[in-house]
Amino acid sequence: MSRISRDELAARIAADIPEGSYVNLGIGAPTLVANYMPADQEIILHTENGMLGMGAAPAEGEIDPDLINAGKQPVTAQPGAAYFHHADSFAMMRGGHLDVCVLGAFQVAQNGDLANWSTGAPGAIPAIGGAMDLAIGARNVYVMTDLLAKTGESKLVASCTYPLTGVGCVTRVYTDHAVFDVTPGGFAVREAFGQNTAASLSELTGLTLIDATSEEN
Amino acid sequence: MIDKTVPDVEAAVAGIHDGATVMIGGFGRAGQPVELIDALIAHGASELTIVNNNAGNGDTGLAALLAAGRVRKIICSFPRQHDSWVFDDLYRAGRIELELVPQGNLAERIRAAGAGVGAFFSPTGVGTQLAEGKETRVINGRTYVLEYPITADVALISALKADRWGNLVFRETARNFGPVMATAADRTIVQVDEIVPLGALDPETLVTPGIFVERVVAVGERAWLRDGVFVGGVDIEGAVQ
Repeated sequence: MSRISRDELAARIAADIPEGSYVNLGIGAPTLVANYMPADQEIILHTENGMLGMGAAPAEGEIDPDLINAGKQPVTAQPGAAYFHHADSFAMMRGGHLDVCVLGAFQVAQNGDLANWSTGAPGAIPAIGGAMDLAIGARNVYVMTDLLAKTGESKLVASCTYPLTGVGCVTRVYTDHAVFDVTPGGFAVREAFGQNTAASLSELTGLTLIDATSEEN
Repeated sequence: MIDKTVPDVEAAVAGIHDGATVMIGGFGRAGQPVELIDALIAHGASELTIVNNNAGNGDTGLAALLAAGRVRKIICSFPRQHDSWVFDDLYRAGRIELELVPQGNLAERIRAAGAGVGAFFSPTGVGTQLAEGKETRVINGRTYVLEYPITADVALISALKADRWGNLVFRETARNFGPVMATAADRTIVQVDEIVPLGALDPETLVTPGIFVERVVAVGERAWLRDGVFVGGVDIEGAVQ
């Protein structure tokens, strides 16, 4: 076994988010993290279209088109939730008020650069949304991704070849093979899943990695 | 006596000129002022520049305005969606200009316009394609990019209730861009479910003060409310099931 499932990865990320955190989960796989947040802990989810205290999907027949998340999916409001307009919502990000955001990625560079909005393919219709604001705004920017792209290349790279979302912004990368910290000296392997080792991960990524697996988390 | 109410959506959109810059509230379908957009289509103004978070969903509302060929340029953050086929075709055919703006910069540029701020330095987008050609400055060791306000001739927004002074309350995440767009346009036109008597909105909790609003029009209660109470029974597009 050298890879963990997406749900296992979501649970692994959730375990790193302390009670009391204000958290934004990006569109797509990062939304799975919400499923693994302990029910007995208060973690407040932010959705950039204008709510703190976002709850789970509504029951059948209870869809409220006015109450959606950033992915435009129906959600519910927890007791204590707050609604606000877009300028306030992005002030929460840009102003450094969010503790954690979890984003997907096409590439993460060893200096923390993130590329997750465009592959630069000709003819593609660009769309950025709130990704650039989240990337530079949250105190901890976690990336959730497979280590390897579908075509086999490492998503951890020496420097991004895709258009950047943010410069030097990623703090930690959670992949299906291992957890990596972005450090001044490059990627440090914080935790290797299954049979992975710092050496095997270095071979997969083609990068020189720091082995931090024996350090205290 | 101040009375900003108008009798119907036709009167609400009267006077919007060809070439106007029109802010349209909403995030996807939530808070999209569909009745006002339909009235704008019937009104006929063309060569419009539209400011919206997205670029239309499905075939209604903003997508219908695009399909009618009335939009020269759109300023938005997230045009590409699973149901943005109208925009996608126009863009690929080179028939619409796109200015792509990170969502928070979009909101803040609109806020700056309404607040009389001449420009602001934002950390969002620094070092990316979307900041190319823009002035940057290092402030306390961090790099920022200079962003200018986005003003508009008209804002079309949707709220829950208004009074005749134009005070507004919104509903849930349908609030999104409404309050900031209301501040930024020369003429803010608001559709609401209901116009209530002056004094009926609690001054402690109303969201947009009427100073930012020029016209309000009642369009009837949204399908998932009955006398202001959520009754559900609709899909995410608001269609009754």
